[in-house]
Amino acid sequence: MTMLAPSRFERRGLIEYAALLGLLALVVTSLAATAPAPDKLGSGIARLFAPSGLLTQMVPPDFTRIVPIGWKLLETLQMAVAGSFLGLILALPFAILATDRLSPHPLVRHVARALIALFRTVPDLVWAIVFIIIVGLGPAAGVMAIMIDKIGFAGRFFAEAMEETDPGPQDALRAIGASRLGLIGSAVIPACLPSFIATSLFALEKSVRGSAALGLVGAGGIGVDLKVAFDLFNYDEALAIILMMLALVIAVEQGSGWIRRKLI
Amino acid sequence: MNAPLSPRALASSALAEPVLAVAGLAKDFPGRKVLGGLDFALAPGQATALIGANGSGKSTLLRCLVRLIEPSAGEIRMLGRDVRALPPRLLRRFRAEVGIVWQRHNLVPRLSALSNVIHGVQARMSGPRVWVQSLAPAAVRDEAMECLVRVGLADRALVRVDSLSGGQQQRVAIARMLMQRPAFILADEPDASLDPQTGEEVMSLLLGLVRQEGLSLLVISHRLEHTLRFSDRILGLADGQIALDLATRDANAASLRQFFDHADAA
Ligand SMILES: Nc1ncnc2c1ncn2[C@@H]1O[C@H](COP(=O)(O)OP(=O)(O)OP(=O)(O)O)[C@@H](O)[C@H]1O
Ligand SMILES: [Mg+2]
Repeated sequence: MTMLAPSRFERRGLIEYAALLGLLALVVTSLAATAPAPDKLGSGIARLFAPSGLLTQMVPPDFTRIVPIGWKLLETLQMAVAGSFLGLILALPFAILATDRLSPHPLVRHVARALIALFRTVPDLVWAIVFIIIVGLGPAAGVMAIMIDKIGFAGRFFAEAMEETDPGPQDALRAIGASRLGLIGSAVIPACLPSFIATSLFALEKSVRGSAALGLVGAGGIGVDLKVAFDLFNYDEALAIILMMLALVIAVEQGSGWIRRKLI
Repeated sequence: MNAPLSPRALASSALAEPVLAVAGLAKDFPGRKVLGGLDFALAPGQATALIGANGSGKSTLLRCLVRLIEPSAGEIRMLGRDVRALPPRLLRRFRAEVGIVWQRHNLVPRLSALSNVIHGVQARMSGPRVWVQSLAPAAVRDEAMECLVRVGLADRALVRVDSLSGGQQQRVAIARMLMQRPAFILADEPDASLDPQTGEEVMSLLLGLVRQEGLSLLVISHRLEHTLRFSDRILGLADGQIALDLATRDANAASLRQFFDHADAA
């Protein structure tokens, strides 16, 4: 008996064809409505290189204000560190409440999951605006925004790590009569520690990248200097700021990569 | 080949209250009746082997005894307590007195042997001081070391458990169980994942606790020779009933074979 190879494509029903057509229509209309017209894009790019254009004005970068910019860069890093620290500390209880095995009640679990999803879904710039209303302009609002963003980010990954660990040790300790906190402290956290550390380092990197933008809305950090430089057409200083931000991000990513390799 | 019953076991088997008495114990899973009303009692200071084919309900019975699985019906009296009547808080405290050795060691990876043994003290203490060895009070550390000595692993105390051999890991799990200061030990195929030689060491370690320290043991056994060597009494489970109950010294391989389904019964 010979085995006939299956046909390459499954036969689709009418509904599937209709759905496919709908999707295609969505893509086409979206492109038509929002994507830039090719000729406009072309002339815009050409303008960048004109004598008064952005790129021409940007080089060479102007580092005359390097000291004050350096201090603002430090403030940016401090916001990222403080916000990540607070966010990571708070992410752990949120994550614990969001896991099937460790949550005290399904209702608590649903609420914790919903909050984590909310924190993750709303962009950090929006959180920054909310906290500017609460604590006023400045780095405090930025720190709060980063904190909330990190609860959403790390809360999700912490919870996933805890769901994925071997349940055997937890069950054995539960059978011994250990308390919930005992299970978490002696079985869950030790087993998840490498994953927690990796997530925390990513969270810090993400915060450093994100915190540069928070200044654009007035939540502290280097972003405001960048905005001012653009507003005053000091494009050469803007490039200096961008390059220094880039250096900071690369330094933090290298540093956290090094820690990751050392610890895990 | 059998070690004789300890004097204490002989004296108590007739007189003392049993460590475990079960009456009409039943367990139904949806669509499947696993335990159909069991009655038996265990005298203190004895090692009892529980045997039965795959899927006969041995593990289910063991879990029902401490209500890790909730029985469908019946009475359980263990260590003087009416187990089925215990409210959650008291059930937790009761479980602390029952040492369980699982087929898989269920140790916390990445932690040292000593930290894992110290976890056993969570049967009666709680808080961060009993999470890892470095934070533990001196008395707890000393007792944990004592337990490691009893299983012959004192020299590996600070080694991470995931770098120990299978047999060593199972011995650490036994040390953790000893840290509970249990009066009664339940073991579910503690030798299953071990090679024959190591499995034998683990079984004789458990039997030693019965002989030397007067603990009571109910052990699920899946190797015929271990059943004959490391028990005082044999209970055979078949069709949801106790189908066999005899002193190990009266047992012979032929009469037990039907309760085993692998080749080493030959
Ligand atoms: N949670 C459960 N839900 C439904 N059925 C279950 C559950 N646990 C066990 N069973 C069934 O109950 C029966 C007895 O299982 P049990 O694990 O107690 O057998 P066992 O004697 O320990 O077998 P083995 O020798 O393989 O360990 C099996 O048929 C199993 O499929
Ligand atoms: Mg089993």
